Amino acid sequence: NNLMAAQMTNAHRRFLQVLMSNGITEGSEARKLHQHCCETDKVYYAHDKLDDFISTINSHLQPLFMQIRKGISEDDGRAHYAVVNLAETEVTKMASDYTEIELELFRKTMDLIILSENGFASSTDILNLADQLKTKKMKKKEAEQVLKVFVEDKWLSEKNGEYTLHTRCIIEMEQYILSNYQDVARKCNICHSLAIQSQVCESCGIGMHLPCVRKYFRGQTEPRCPKCNEFWSCDTP
Amino acid sequence: QVSELVQFLLVKDQKKIPIKRADMLKNIIREYRNAYSEIVKRADRTLQEVFGLQLVEVDTKRHIYILINNLPHAEGQHLCRGKEKEKMGLLLVILSFIFMKGNSVKDSALWEFLHLLRVYPGKQHSVFGDVRKLVTEEFVRQKYLETTPIPLTDPPEFKFQWGPRAEKETSKRDVLNFVAKMQGKDPAFGATQFSEAEANT
Repeated sequence: NNLMAAQMTNAHRRFLQVLMSNGITEGSEARKLHQHCCETDKVYYAHDKLDDFISTINSHLQPLFMQIRKGISEDDGRAHYAVVNLAETEVTKMASDYTEIELELFRKTMDLIILSENGFASSTDILNLADQLKTKKMKKKEAEQVLKVFVEDKWLSEKNGEYTLHTRCIIEMEQYILSNYQDVARKCNICHSLAIQSQVCESCGIGMHLPCVRKYFRGQTEPRCPKCNEFWSCDTP
Repeated sequence: QVSELVQFLLVKDQKKIPIKRADMLKNIIREYRNAYSEIVKRADRTLQEVFGLQLVEVDTKRHIYILINNLPHAEGQHLCRGKEKEKMGLLLVILSFIFMKGNSVKDSALWEFLHLLRVYPGKQHSVFGDVRKLVTEEFVRQKYLETTPIPLTDPPEFKFQWGPRAEKETSKRDVLNFVAKMQGKDPAFGATQFSEAEANT
């Protein structure tokens, strides 16, 4: 890429400010925002140039070890954007918002989720964890409240009493998770990104995101594993 | 060092917590204390160029800083998360009132005015919650409003003025436009607009 980095305009700055204040921004929202910013600050707008627009911002964020990163939701396959801090070696983004004991609960919950088969941890299991925290024991009622806040702040998402990592969390902590859970964290065989929720081949053990499975097996009557060619045993979504 | 300071400032600003110079020195600069002012200058330049934010000293005696938004205010700004838009709406109403009353109002006068908008200090508001807390604590902590006790009053009374963040961030034009809209109209008109807006949220 030998293009000179384009200048930041107020449109870029406005876009960045909103992205940062949102925490996570869904793809179509980001496109609308791109248009809004260009129109407000009277900057040339081309609807298909969002990636270039973001690249310009990223080239200026790079010396600050920050980046606008795109991630795909494991639920619906939709793109989302978040501003991540590349220099953080652990969950320091959260460090300023939560107490020591809440952070410990979060880390232990993340352990449960990543080590699980399906990428979910049940509320019961997490509440049991609360009882065993090193910092200080947390009562069940308190833990329930903290979990609620984690969901509101988009670090966790909840489905039927079970918790998994929110898309925002995955985008922001992908590097951290891949390095700290090296042997356990799964990568999707199709898109090669971190996979928290995944379908796994019973024969050879490779994993794939549900949206990736959906795309890969579209129109195929006999889905087969892309690696070992055995029949794909899971229900294709 | 500059990038660490920028990160630190962004995090503090996210919560609109004013930044003390002592904190900046303590947390970030450590060995580089001699270069402090150069590092701060560069951090400020980066914040302006990349984020459109500016580091401004609002208390020169106690060396307290805030980050203000340099970008021109946009209509229909998506910037506000959660209840921020409504809170900013209420704040603008309060700032306008203070402005119209000669830049300083007694707390009793402010509450009387807000009654017209069906916002009561004693009651939980459907959008703003504990309004007294919002106005006397949150807006004051964020430096949008300033409150000082009026001497020799018993029970103690306070006066409200624009805080340094309001001075720097809110253009007088925004306020004048707002006031012009309300001027010459029955104060109940403002109340209707407000409660219509309420009903739509």
